[in-house]
Amino acid sequence: MSDIVATNETILVVGGGISGISAALEAAEAGKQVILVEKNAYIGGRVTQLHKYFPKLCHPTCGMEINQRRAKTNPNLTILTMAEVTDISGDKGDYSIKVKLKPRYVNNNCTACGQCTDAVDAEFDSEFNYGLNQRKGAYIAYNNAYPQTYVLDERIIGTDDATKAKDACPADAIDLDMVEESIDLKAGAVVWATGWRPFDANKIQPYGYDRFDNVITNVEFERMNDLMGPTGGKVVRPSDGAEPKKIAFIQCAGSRDRNYLKHCSRICCMASLKQTHYVRENITDGTSDIYYIDIRAIDRFEDFYQKVQQDETVKFIKSKVAFITEGENNNPVLNGVDTEGYHRYANEYDMVVLAVGMEPSVNQSDFPVEIVMNEEGFIEMDEKNGGVFAAGCSSDALDVNRAVQSATASALRAVQVINQVGAVSPQNEGAK
Amino acid sequence: MSDLNQALATKYKGNFLKEVIDNVEEGDMVQMCMQCGVCAGSCPMGPHWEHTPQKIFMMIRANKREEVLASDSMWMCTSCYNCIARCPRELPITHIMHGLATYAKRLNLVPKTQPTAKFAQLFWNNLTSKGRVNELKLGISLYFMNGFGEGVKTAMANQKLGLNMLKTKRMAINEAWGGHSVKDKSGFHAMLKKAAEIESDSIEANSK
Repeated sequence: MSDIVATNETILVVGGGISGISAALEAAEAGKQVILVEKNAYIGGRVTQLHKYFPKLCHPTCGMEINQRRAKTNPNLTILTMAEVTDISGDKGDYSIKVKLKPRYVNNNCTACGQCTDAVDAEFDSEFNYGLNQRKGAYIAYNNAYPQTYVLDERIIGTDDATKAKDACPADAIDLDMVEESIDLKAGAVVWATGWRPFDANKIQPYGYDRFDNVITNVEFERMNDLMGPTGGKVVRPSDGAEPKKIAFIQCAGSRDRNYLKHCSRICCMASLKQTHYVRENITDGTSDIYYIDIRAIDRFEDFYQKVQQDETVKFIKSKVAFITEGENNNPVLNGVDTEGYHRYANEYDMVVLAVGMEPSVNQSDFPVEIVMNEEGFIEMDEKNGGVFAAGCSSDALDVNRAVQSATASALRAVQVINQVGAVSPQNEGAK
Repeated sequence: MSDLNQALATKYKGNFLKEVIDNVEEGDMVQMCMQCGVCAGSCPMGPHWEHTPQKIFMMIRANKREEVLASDSMWMCTSCYNCIARCPRELPITHIMHGLATYAKRLNLVPKTQPTAKFAQLFWNNLTSKGRVNELKLGISLYFMNGFGEGVKTAMANQKLGLNMLKTKRMAINEAWGGHSVKDKSGFHAMLKKAAEIESDSIEANSK
């Protein structure tokens, strides 16, 4: 890993989600040297965990494959997975960066045959599936993961499982002697694209996500509907594994609430409207009730909203649910008063999906360099940020479409910095 | 009093929201309500009152002056603060409800049979006479709130409770003679008088 060449004409992209990949590819395809640093063992981020995109209801894997191919064939782009930026110092045009590389315990010989997975016994909660199921201690996050290289969980290192995995490997790809490394890089500009995390539903005490089995989050519901997901595409109640019929969606679970997230997360309305399609497609006689303050189907998506409104299986209830209790058979009961008529209700459902919002992944206190953030924790456009440019959900709550636009804009800003650096660097001096 | 009510109604004709903003404590925050309904659903008084807070706020905007000021809702608030804790926009709902109650009382529009309004007055009188709540006197005045006969009956029914409270020093019998007080009682009364004056002057001025 120490053979990476990076100068002050290199662009560092932090985060390999859809925004990071887009920014990295745009800059690399414009001829700049780019290093992409990703914390996970694979690139693609949250997008790879989605079942379908709105509004076209197509699968994200398709667009992701195109990006993977662009990444594979571009010599200007270096991707570091299981890597984290720990420090950034210097100024615009001349940054020194420290990157921590965690050991994968699997080298590039890996053919992704999966024999190590079969050999290993230990199981852990699957991060990719938000803990809905377990994965083995030797694993690949999902079938199309890029790079197509397995990972050994560090928790099996030093146990029998590690040796079993090594013995089972026909390609001699497992290297148990790998250790954590720290490398120093140079860069002229940084594109910060660490994205978002779902708001922690446990914090919304009245909704009882921590107490009631059949109260789940929208990101978990997304995984359940994926054919490659933890339930093989079957929607099931966590309490008894039965198929739920009556499903409620609670909008603004955490968002637009000064007790939790002040901002509107912007995607959750569309996500729930999209998920009513899953209910209709994947559940026989399934119904969706959406509890909302107001539906924010941002700009062009109004027609998507109108189509869902015409759907007989979907009902809209204008009310922010006050609290959830548990009825018979672990059925969640939604309590509140609606705004259209002020009717008091206590409605029982088989399962409740909390449309949790997005919050930025990196807190200001954990940021490796001085950065200007707004009160919601999103990075502001500010002179003080120098050559660090936020892309995608680091800059605001955005859907994929807008995140990619934001990433392209940030890539251009980074390219401009590199061009300025290039114009005054010694090797160009003679040309002037 | 009813003259004041008439004057204010005429002055703010067609704009009750403005009247609330100008004259009710924290009334300006009514504008922040986005009608999500969490307060209504979170209220422990639940269906036992006429209008939920969110409905009251909407009625204020919709100019329902008489209905709002004569509503029993603000008199039913127990100040549990559940609504404030859960309100996504941090409206001081409890405070607004009390503000509306005070305003309705000033304009003499409180429902005549509202027992909590009576209680509130008893509590206020008890508290302001010496600056400290005299629980013994407050308790007794509550027993006799609805007449002598009922008072004796209630007192007899609670005899055991009262004796136990005396025994465990949760109630002092000597409170019946005078009772404890703030250090500077006349200062305290002057302060209250001044506050009432400021409030009255401001509302009087708004009515002209």
